[in-house]
Amino acid sequence: MPLVIEIHDLTKVYSLGEVEVRALDGINLTVDQGDFVAIMGPSGSGKSTLMNIIGCLDRPTAGTYKLDGVDVSKLDRDERAVIRNAKIGFVFQSFNLLARTSAAENVELPLLYGELGLARAERRKAAMEALHRVGLAGREGNHPSQLSGGQQQRVAIARALVTNPAILLADEPTGNLDSRTSEEIMGIFQKLNEDGKTVVLITHEPDIAQHAKRVVTVRDGRIQGDERVNQIRVNTQGIAPPVPVEARR
Amino acid sequence: MKNSVMRFGNITVVGLKAISRNKMRSFLTMLGIVIGVGCVIVVVAIGNGASKSIQDTINSLGSNFIMIFPGATSQSGAKIFTGNSTLTPEDADAIKAECPAVAYVTPNMRTAAQVVSGELNWGTSIYGVNPDWPFIRSWNCSDGTFFSDSDVKSATKVCVLGATVAENLFPQGGAVGQTVRIKNVPFKVVGVLDRKGGNTMGQDQDDQVIAPYTTVMKRLAGQSKVSMIMASAASPDQVQEAQDQIDALLKQRHRIPPNGDADFMMRSQEEIAAAQNAQMGILRTLLISIAGISLLIGGIGIMNIMLVSVTERTREIGIRMAIGAKGRHVLMQFLFEAITLSIVGGLIGILLGAGGSELVKNVLKWPIVVSPSSIIIAFGVAAAVGVFFGFYPARKAARLDPIDALRYE
Repeated sequence: MPLVIEIHDLTKVYSLGEVEVRALDGINLTVDQGDFVAIMGPSGSGKSTLMNIIGCLDRPTAGTYKLDGVDVSKLDRDERAVIRNAKIGFVFQSFNLLARTSAAENVELPLLYGELGLARAERRKAAMEALHRVGLAGREGNHPSQLSGGQQQRVAIARALVTNPAILLADEPTGNLDSRTSEEIMGIFQKLNEDGKTVVLITHEPDIAQHAKRVVTVRDGRIQGDERVNQIRVNTQGIAPPVPVEARR
Repeated sequence: MKNSVMRFGNITVVGLKAISRNKMRSFLTMLGIVIGVGCVIVVVAIGNGASKSIQDTINSLGSNFIMIFPGATSQSGAKIFTGNSTLTPEDADAIKAECPAVAYVTPNMRTAAQVVSGELNWGTSIYGVNPDWPFIRSWNCSDGTFFSDSDVKSATKVCVLGATVAENLFPQGGAVGQTVRIKNVPFKVVGVLDRKGGNTMGQDQDDQVIAPYTTVMKRLAGQSKVSMIMASAASPDQVQEAQDQIDALLKQRHRIPPNGDADFMMRSQEEIAAAQNAQMGILRTLLISIAGISLLIGGIGIMNIMLVSVTERTREIGIRMAIGAKGRHVLMQFLFEAITLSIVGGLIGILLGAGGSELVKNVLKWPIVVSPSSIIIAFGVAAAVGVFFGFYPARKAARLDPIDALRYE
């Protein structure tokens, strides 16, 4: 299996005036393509910092980070923006959809900034396919305010999928959802993972982390535990049935 | 190339969506620009209209028209009026007799009086002139005839009424042949002048009474100095020649050495026009600067709203950055919004300005000349204001850190 994420001796130091805070202190982590990793840890453990660096939102102070074979640890702002667009699909706790913008337009958004230069019709087609994969076909015209929390998070997942990124990076994706809807969302991640997508999940909830195949625990800026787990399987057929295009009426 | 065009298209779509999502706010933001551009257009139209009608009035004096005023021009060019007129009717006669480049000359003596006819009376200006006056002013009688040289010689009590005066004293018409009383002196009306209408200074040119200057001198004003001498050169080409001849003659008559300070002052129609234009220019500059300030304030309004918008949409900016928008994309998005606001505001302003100009023309009856250059300039300035005042908020947005922006509540 090729490695999607290769992190070697990664540190991140924030200097707050005279005090130096070592948010990450020598992280070594590799993720295989097609894996489903949960990164766990209490608040202040450095998992958000790790997520920001894995997501190319931030740069490490030292160490290397290769994403999909490319060293991204030294890239500047604009170069990181290009990498984020092409290789990373973000899913956030608070969905982060644009208000007063239809589901389809939200999903198309990454394509507007992409290097592909897709025409309008191609963008729409890609958005419709992504919405279909998360079981939201037929809802493309709805605005976020007209969708439930679970549906909004599915739109966000579709948006993350639309550029066919190397990893899906989900930051507490079920934090704002009830347990039943959380199950649905985890089911979607499992389904996408089964289809070959690499998923990195950041969470502090152990039972959500158990939906992954591997759980990495972070504490005080170091990796404390890294183990394969028995994945809690969600019946993806029953909860998030992808509606076949022909059957939609 | 194809890619960059397409991406610019995408950014315009993004910007237009943001504007249409906030219609009321967008409209209020535009209002400053709308008013600024509208003001520029109306103000320039009024200014142009005023200067055009002044031009028309001055041009109607005739291109070979020369006025000679009493007073002096010192070497520094400042006009000093000594109080006593230095010009006499004899000066006018001498100019006519001895200056070959001058075709017509009349003294002009102004006094104000009530003109009475039966029950009606009308306060107006009385001008004492000679029969050259209609030729100098190219102004004829619509009814009756102008008085003659013999009327001037014998100081006959005759007069010619301006159209407004005739209308007010003889509402039924038939003024010619009637008698009016001016300062209790009966004058026989021999003619009524053609209607010329008002000039831009708000003066009704038809509100005047013309009489032989001798009569005015003896019966009404009681003095022998004239307030002005009006002349016309034999042809437009001879204006300068006529001015030189008049200058030499009057200096000789007033015993002033050829290079000494004259006790009179001459203005040709061209010089009057130039002076008026200079005044209009000052006025127009003033009005345009006021309009410019309102455009500036409009621009500050745009900057203000764009700053609020950037703050309010910090999270949106964070989302866009997280999914791959570069700083440049965000900059362009907000800059495009600002420019669109100012351009749409500018277009509405142009409509408003054109409408306002029509309104001023039709309701206030002011002369209006809408100039295309003012429209283009106002629009260009509006667009420039959008770029200038949109840049700072847009750059602020583009420099946001995506992590902080995403965390922003």
